[in-house]
Amino acid sequence: MSVGKDNEPAARSASRGVRPVVNESGIEIKPLYGAQDVAATGGMDESGPGEAPFTRGIHPLMYRQRPWTMRQYTGFANAADTNKRFKYLIANGQTGLNVAFDLATQCGYDSDAPEAMGEVGRVGMAVDTLRDFEIAFDGIDLDAITVSLTINGAAAILIAMYLAMAEKRGYDVARLRGTAQNDILKEFIGRGTWVFPVDPSVKLVADTIEYCAKVAPKYSPVSVCGYHIRESGATPAEEMAYAFAIAKAYADATLARGLDIDEFAGRLSFNFNVFGNLFEQVAKFRAGRRLWAKIILDQYGAKNPASGWMRMIAGGGGFGLTIEQPENNIMRGAYYALIAALGGAQTMALCCYDEAYTIPTPKAQRISLRTMQLLIEEMGLADTVDPLGGSYYIETLTNQMEQKIVEIMGWVDANGGIVKAVADGLIQKRVSEYAYQRQRALESGVLRKVGVNCYTESEEENPNVELHPYDEMGALEQIESLRRVRAERSNDAAERALNALRADAKAGRNVMPALMEAVKAYASVGEMTSAMVDVYGRFKEPTRLWGLAA
Amino acid sequence: MSERKIRVLLAKPGLDGHDVGAKVVVQALIEAGFDVTYTGLRQTPEAIAKAAQAADADVIGLSILSGAHLPLCRRIRDLLLDRGLHDKLWIVGGNIPETDRMVLRQLGYRGVFPTGSRTEEIVSFIRENLK
Repeated sequence: MSVGKDNEPAARSASRGVRPVVNESGIEIKPLYGAQDVAATGGMDESGPGEAPFTRGIHPLMYRQRPWTMRQYTGFANAADTNKRFKYLIANGQTGLNVAFDLATQCGYDSDAPEAMGEVGRVGMAVDTLRDFEIAFDGIDLDAITVSLTINGAAAILIAMYLAMAEKRGYDVARLRGTAQNDILKEFIGRGTWVFPVDPSVKLVADTIEYCAKVAPKYSPVSVCGYHIRESGATPAEEMAYAFAIAKAYADATLARGLDIDEFAGRLSFNFNVFGNLFEQVAKFRAGRRLWAKIILDQYGAKNPASGWMRMIAGGGGFGLTIEQPENNIMRGAYYALIAALGGAQTMALCCYDEAYTIPTPKAQRISLRTMQLLIEEMGLADTVDPLGGSYYIETLTNQMEQKIVEIMGWVDANGGIVKAVADGLIQKRVSEYAYQRQRALESGVLRKVGVNCYTESEEENPNVELHPYDEMGALEQIESLRRVRAERSNDAAERALNALRADAKAGRNVMPALMEAVKAYASVGEMTSAMVDVYGRFKEPTRLWGLAA
Repeated sequence: MSERKIRVLLAKPGLDGHDVGAKVVVQALIEAGFDVTYTGLRQTPEAIAKAAQAADADVIGLSILSGAHLPLCRRIRDLLLDRGLHDKLWIVGGNIPETDRMVLRQLGYRGVFPTGSRTEEIVSFIRENLK
């Protein structure tokens, strides 16, 4: 009947003596696939794009109707400098903003806190008060350009700040679109910008989902990130499994507030990684889309099909980039963008070729942007929906990846669920162990990496990477500007708002209304964080687990 | 006669949350037979100097990927000197551009391991420099 079936014996005999191939997720890869492989793994999902369970895409026409949003991760120094870079990227055809904050902001410290030493404005924009947001988004039409805030530990504060800034500029918050990363559970696993202990951290995520469902229903308050877990040391299947387990934990915490699943599930979104084997990643996205739809529509009983959409930003791939032969990272970025497009991403952001060295220069960001643009304009990636759909290999792998993800989610459940597994450090341990194996495989050459352990240059020419300079004076200016805001605002009003915030936190109420008031009173990120730390405490990392007791 | 294991304190100073590398190095050093204490994230320079003394560490290792290595390493150097830990082996790893490597060596960090270094380089550097 099928070509694949007829070719099977030939392929089998031809593959004798051929090296076995197993993908990162642990699935054995055959030299040839046929219809019987698709059938043996559960068959093909015949539903079209835009139809549950959305294997082929969440929209019927996908990129033919609207290409993916291009949203390079950007932010440095202060609000004024970042505003200029935003405008540069928009002028170059970028269609969304993805804001990078400095580590002080991400960890809930003011720019003048001792903990912020050396970090103000370094890896992102410094934000202390609403004044910084007013400057950062000045002159940018928040209806035309959607903004994504890469913020987690201090997410509730910065979401409030964004909504307050938009409100002040006359936007109707009920119609405002945008996204916050706000996935704190993955911060405990990788990335590390936690503030509060695990339980109150999850409570804060539920606060933001509940508040946005009521006040800003078009805003996406959470983007659950398999991305950073994959960077830290997870297989592609684990990346999806942990992300779904985390998203379910946020959904459960929100349902416990009495909301209906259809009131908020459609506003949950995801952030996934693209480095590694192309086919494995594409299958991962197709499998993930199908599984997430089943979880939300079947297990949670959502009525609105859109509640089961796995909307995602896909891209980055920082772990895949190398410090050796950095120009190779431009090619890697192009393949990563191809993966994201074949995988059906709604939004794309690429790590730039110089990011193994520093935060990207404008030129490096423009190259990433052009990479995505030429896929649309020259390569036909926006012409046809799910172009790999129907491939025996991709369909089989999609089925197998789904099975793997389900298995891993079962393992998480068997260990008390994701919140407990993270609080116990269990996921962190598993991820660290895989990272160590991966490093050993790189050093031994089992895992091949071009320019690193094969095709290396004996005399590595000094890589000609222009470094983004860090401006020490900028940090002092930021501190100066914070002091000016503190001097100009009504300190009584700020104090009252902070006391109300503390009281609401203590009473276990949703803190978002109090945060909105505190933000509008120009209370600082550090002040609001401290008020909540007074009630919730700070997270203590379970370091004992990393084989250190031995 | 049993020899005392080489003691290493590995610390993550400042706010940088990139700990994949630090944990990989911890594992590699343990496997090499060293006695390793890992501080975890968000350590202040004061806490690191104190921990280094408390652990009686032969090697004090810092991991910084945010780019804040110069201000942090300067501050930690002052505190290590205050505690008389000048004779220990100080090493630092992370996202460290070429131009900063010499500065760090001059500050007293004898081993500087930029991203992409192999774990075995770190192990043999420690063995050779503690002879």
